[in-house]
Amino acid sequence: MARQNQSAMSRALVRRETISAYLFLLPSLVFFVGFVIIPMMICIFNSFTDATMNAKTATSFVAFSNYQKLMGDATFLQALRNTFVIVLVSVPTVCAFSLWVSSAIYKLRGPVLSAFRCIFYLPVVTGSVAVTVVWKWMYNNYTGVFNYVLKDVLGVIDKNINWLGDERFALWCIILILFTTSVGQPIVLYVSALGNVDHSLVEAAQVDGATDFQVFWKIKWPQMMPTTLYILVITTINSFQCFALIQLLTSGGSGTNTVMYYIYYTAFKLTEQAGHFGYANAMGVVLAIFIAILSAVQFKLAKEK
Amino acid sequence: MKSDMARKRAYKIVSVVILVVLAFLFLFPLYWIVIGAFKTGKEINATTPVWFPSEWVLDNFSRLFSRRTAPLFSLFGIEGPTVPAAIRWLLNTVFMAVMAMVLTCITAAMAGYALAKKRFHGRAILFSLIVCAMALPKQVILIPLLKEMDFLGLYDNIWAVIFPTVGWPFGVFLMKQFSEGIPDEILEAARIDGASEAKTFTTIVVPMVKPGIGALAIFTFINSWNDYFMQLIMLASGSNFTISLGIATMQAETSIDMGMLMAGAALAALPIIIVFLIFQKYFTQGITMGAVKG
Repeated sequence: MARQNQSAMSRALVRRETISAYLFLLPSLVFFVGFVIIPMMICIFNSFTDATMNAKTATSFVAFSNYQKLMGDATFLQALRNTFVIVLVSVPTVCAFSLWVSSAIYKLRGPVLSAFRCIFYLPVVTGSVAVTVVWKWMYNNYTGVFNYVLKDVLGVIDKNINWLGDERFALWCIILILFTTSVGQPIVLYVSALGNVDHSLVEAAQVDGATDFQVFWKIKWPQMMPTTLYILVITTINSFQCFALIQLLTSGGSGTNTVMYYIYYTAFKLTEQAGHFGYANAMGVVLAIFIAILSAVQFKLAKEK
Repeated sequence: MKSDMARKRAYKIVSVVILVVLAFLFLFPLYWIVIGAFKTGKEINATTPVWFPSEWVLDNFSRLFSRRTAPLFSLFGIEGPTVPAAIRWLLNTVFMAVMAMVLTCITAAMAGYALAKKRFHGRAILFSLIVCAMALPKQVILIPLLKEMDFLGLYDNIWAVIFPTVGWPFGVFLMKQFSEGIPDEILEAARIDGASEAKTFTTIVVPMVKPGIGALAIFTFINSWNDYFMQLIMLASGSNFTISLGIATMQAETSIDMGMLMAGAALAALPIIIVFLIFQKYFTQGITMGAVKG
């Protein structure tokens, strides 16, 4: 009898906990479900239809034909290739650069450390629009600082280069800007990870005569693995989503089209099939799948280490 | 041994020199925006860059302000006095970022506490859903989001930018991390004393997760200020623009008037940079906490 009472009571308690937990979660869930989960569902659903911007035309189910069309769409394939170039170049360089900067600054005195951290974070805070506007000027054919420094100061080039209009350079110019706006967060993370490395282990290794390189590789690096993993994932996602730079600098011209820009272009700009939401959503799904696969691979590699 | 020490010192000096050079390169675009905003047209269009203006002028700002105008506010059909559009855009942006910040902090603090400290049915599923949603690219869902906002009658309304920012689960995740630090004994003691759930939350939980709320607030404020893609898709008419969107539109109209664009870029970037510099301590903390167990 007593036991029965107790279990009834604990069940009531669990129910009370559940109700109060959901009351606490409710405001957040309204926004999360309403503006993240539902659009995700619509995105997946629409990718199987020929939905357009015009709500009045009937939408019909087209199964995988959007996806089939994607595989034969030369523009999409080129955008996909560019996106991968951006990711494959920027992710390792961002990681390596921020790791080097962090290990050079993390032992500096407090104010100096935060000054450096701030400076490397500033391009992120400045915002993509302000950043692109000024870089566009710096890349300018006639009045830009790049041509001036390379031609008149260093003498590396003998003729002004139209950086953003030239297929050989445009994508690299964009990767350079992306790089300066991506290293801020990894540096903050690495500085704090390096500060949290177990010092007794480092000292023990030094007493045993380990070189700095050995200490770094055998002791610090494994301890920072979770941080590295997180940085890899966020940098990959950010690079995949590179959009503002493309839209404001080249509008996808000079061989700089990316999947994210092409999605936008298909949904809002394409003249002959304006507002082709179904097709754009199919691209979104493909992009999401690629990101999911890459994140999973990164997780797996990190786990094995 | 001695040469080893010397080599170490040499490496240290070289790395500091490289760092300082890099720091200057990273600061240069910002410097270029600020001085570009005050240069004369002649110095802006010089083929040999003018590294420091010989004369500081406000022409660029006056061209920026006279180019477009908008009512200062429009509420319930009443329109404020006509002002330069850039001022209206700044007001819109501040309103957007503050609202996104306040709503995110309230909802995320509540949800984070529940996820960290309550054992309830569906907790594991909900948490993995949140983590998965965080790993997916936010911009992929923007097009369906636009359709949804259109359906809700919120298209071209600043709330269409605010709501999805609040829905983004990073805040909940961050607040869960912070809430886990609350000792269970304190919550237990409050319950035994007969404190209601609401009272426990406001008098015990909130004060204990304050650093987390501070970090989330500044993080949301800056991200919302700079979320250009969302603003581009959701907002359509000139008087509803944010400052980033307004400057981007002007850039599309006239890529020749660099001086005016720099004035605009300065107007868009400087307020948020100042906010960042004031609150950077919390900001750093927020970034680091979000990554733990990330």
